[in-house]
Amino acid sequence: MRECVNGAGSSAIRLDRVWMTYHTREAETVALADTSLAVAPQEFVAVVGPSGCGKSTVLSLVAGLIKPTSGSVEVCGEAVAGPSGHVGYMLQQDCLYEWRTILGNALLGLEVKRAVTRESMEMVRRMLAAYGLGEFERHYPRHLSGGMRQRAALIRTLATRPDVLLLDEPLSALDYQTRLEVSEDLYRIMRAERLTALMVTHDISEAIAMSDRVLVMGRRPGRIRSSHTISLTCERQTPIGRREAPEFRTYFNAIWKELTEDGRAVAGGGQRAGECGWAPAAV
Amino acid sequence: MQASAGGRPQLCSRCGRARRAHGPGQSDRFQSSREHEAFLRGLARRRMLVGTARAVLLAAFVMLWEVAARQGWINAFVVSQPSRAMATAVSMARRGDLWIHLGMTVGETAIGFTVGTLIGIVAAVMLWWSDLLSDILDPYIVVLNSIPKVALGPIFIVWLGTTVTAIIAMAISISVIVTIMMVYVGFREVDPDRVKLLRTFGATRLQILSKVVLPASVPVMIAALKVNVGLSMVGTIVGEFLVSKAGLGFLIVYGGQVFNMSLVMSSVILLSIVSVLLYYGVSALEQAVLRTRE
Repeated sequence: MRECVNGAGSSAIRLDRVWMTYHTREAETVALADTSLAVAPQEFVAVVGPSGCGKSTVLSLVAGLIKPTSGSVEVCGEAVAGPSGHVGYMLQQDCLYEWRTILGNALLGLEVKRAVTRESMEMVRRMLAAYGLGEFERHYPRHLSGGMRQRAALIRTLATRPDVLLLDEPLSALDYQTRLEVSEDLYRIMRAERLTALMVTHDISEAIAMSDRVLVMGRRPGRIRSSHTISLTCERQTPIGRREAPEFRTYFNAIWKELTEDGRAVAGGGQRAGECGWAPAAV
Repeated sequence: MQASAGGRPQLCSRCGRARRAHGPGQSDRFQSSREHEAFLRGLARRRMLVGTARAVLLAAFVMLWEVAARQGWINAFVVSQPSRAMATAVSMARRGDLWIHLGMTVGETAIGFTVGTLIGIVAAVMLWWSDLLSDILDPYIVVLNSIPKVALGPIFIVWLGTTVTAIIAMAISISVIVTIMMVYVGFREVDPDRVKLLRTFGATRLQILSKVVLPASVPVMIAALKVNVGLSMVGTIVGEFLVSKAGLGFLIVYGGQVFNMSLVMSSVILLSIVSVLLYYGVSALEQAVLRTRE
C-alpha cells in the first residue's frame, strides 16, 4: 500500500471532470462543476475558497464517502469505489471518543479494519511516544489539551498507514496559539512520514504556510480557479518559519484578491474596493 | 487587613504566625482565602438551614397529623394517624408479610424497568438501522405513546392470566415506548462527525453501531432507565391493583376495601420510600458512569 507514496504513479490523487450534484426536496445543488485536479505523490496541496464552495465535497469524494454524479476520482491510480486503506481523513473536530483512552482512540481505525495485532499496537504506541503522548496513552481525552488531542487524532489517522491524508480544516477548531503549535506538529509529521496531503481551509495564511501548492476555488458551483505553486525563501521550512519569508505577503495578496474579486463578482457586479464605504449616502 | 501595621508584629488570627510571615505577596492570597472561607461558611450555613427546615417540616406535619387525630379534629378512621400506620407496618414486619409484599413490588418494578429499557433499546436500534422502517412505524409509535398504557391492563390479564407476568407486562408496556423514543432520538443526535470518522475507516453499519452510536448514547440510555424507574412503578402498582395477591399495590387496594386506612397509609408511605430509593439507586449508577466521561 505504500508504493503510491514512493512515487509509482504520476498522481496520488486525481479528479477528472468531476460533477457533483446534491438533491434535497427543496432544491438541486451543484456543488462541483467540471472540476479537475491532481496531487503528486508527497505533495501537500491546500484548497482555499469561500464557505460552501464545495471544498469539503472534494475531500468526501476522495475519501470514497460519496460518489460523483459524473467524472472520475482516483487515488493511487485506482478508481475510488468506497472508503479504502489508501486514505486517512482528519476532521475539523478531533472527534476523540471520551469513553476510550488515548491508546484506544489511536487504535480505532485499526480496530475497524480488524488489523490490531501485537505489531500494529507496538507501532501505535511508538508513534504516541514519538509525538509526546507516550505517558498519556492510558489517559482519557478530557485530560489532554486541544493541541495534544489533535495530535492524538492525527496518530489515529496515521495508524492505518494511509498513502494520502485528507485534512478538513484540521486546525480551525483550535485557538490561535494552539493552532500554530499544531500546524508545526502536523507539518513535521507529514514530512517525516512522506505523506501526500490535500488540505481544505479558508485560512489563506495557513494554506501558504503549510503547502507546496494552493488551489483557489470559486463560489458555487465549485471550480478550481487557479493554482499557486508556493516557493518561499526562508531558513526554517516550518509553518512558522515560512510565514517570515518575503514572498509570503505576495502570495497572500494574490490569493486574497482572487477570493474577494470572486465574491464581489457574485455579490454585486464588480464594485471597486472602498467605493461604497465612502460614497455619500444622501442620494 | 494590613500585613503589619506600625512595625509591631501582629499575629495572624488564623495560623497564629506573625502576619509579616505571610509576606506581601501571600497576604493577598491570605486575604482572598479569608473571603473564600467566609463564602464556604455561608454555603454550609445555608445547607444546614435547608436541612433543618426540611426535617422540621416533616416532623411538624407528622405531629400535627397525630395530634389532630388524637384530639378528634379529624376522623382517624378515615385518615388514619402516624402512630397507627407505624404500628401496622411494625406488626407486618414482625409477621414477615411486609418483606414479601415489598419484595414483590420491588422485584416486579425492577424487572419491568430493566426489561422495558432493554426492549426499548433493541427497538431503537432497529429504527436507527433502517430509516425506512422508522418512517413507516412513526405514526404507530406516536399512537402507542399517546394511549394511557393503564387502559391495556385488562388485555394483559386476559392474555396472561391473573399472574405476576401480567403485572410485569403492565410495567414493561408503560416504559418501553418512552424508551424507544428517547433512545432513538439519542442515537440520531450522535455527532455526525464521529460517525463520518468511522466511515472514512471503512466501518460497516454494525461497527458504527457498536463503536460509536451505542457507547455515545450510554448517558441517554441511563436517562431512560431513570425515567423508567418511576414509570414501571406506576405499571406495577396498577397491575397489583388489578390482579395480585401480594405487593404494596395489593395492600393499598385491600386496605381500602376493608376500610383499614392504617394499612393503606403505611403502604403508601413505604411505597414512596421504595420508589425514592430505587430512583437514587439508578442516579448513583448514572453518576458512576458519567464520572468516567466529560
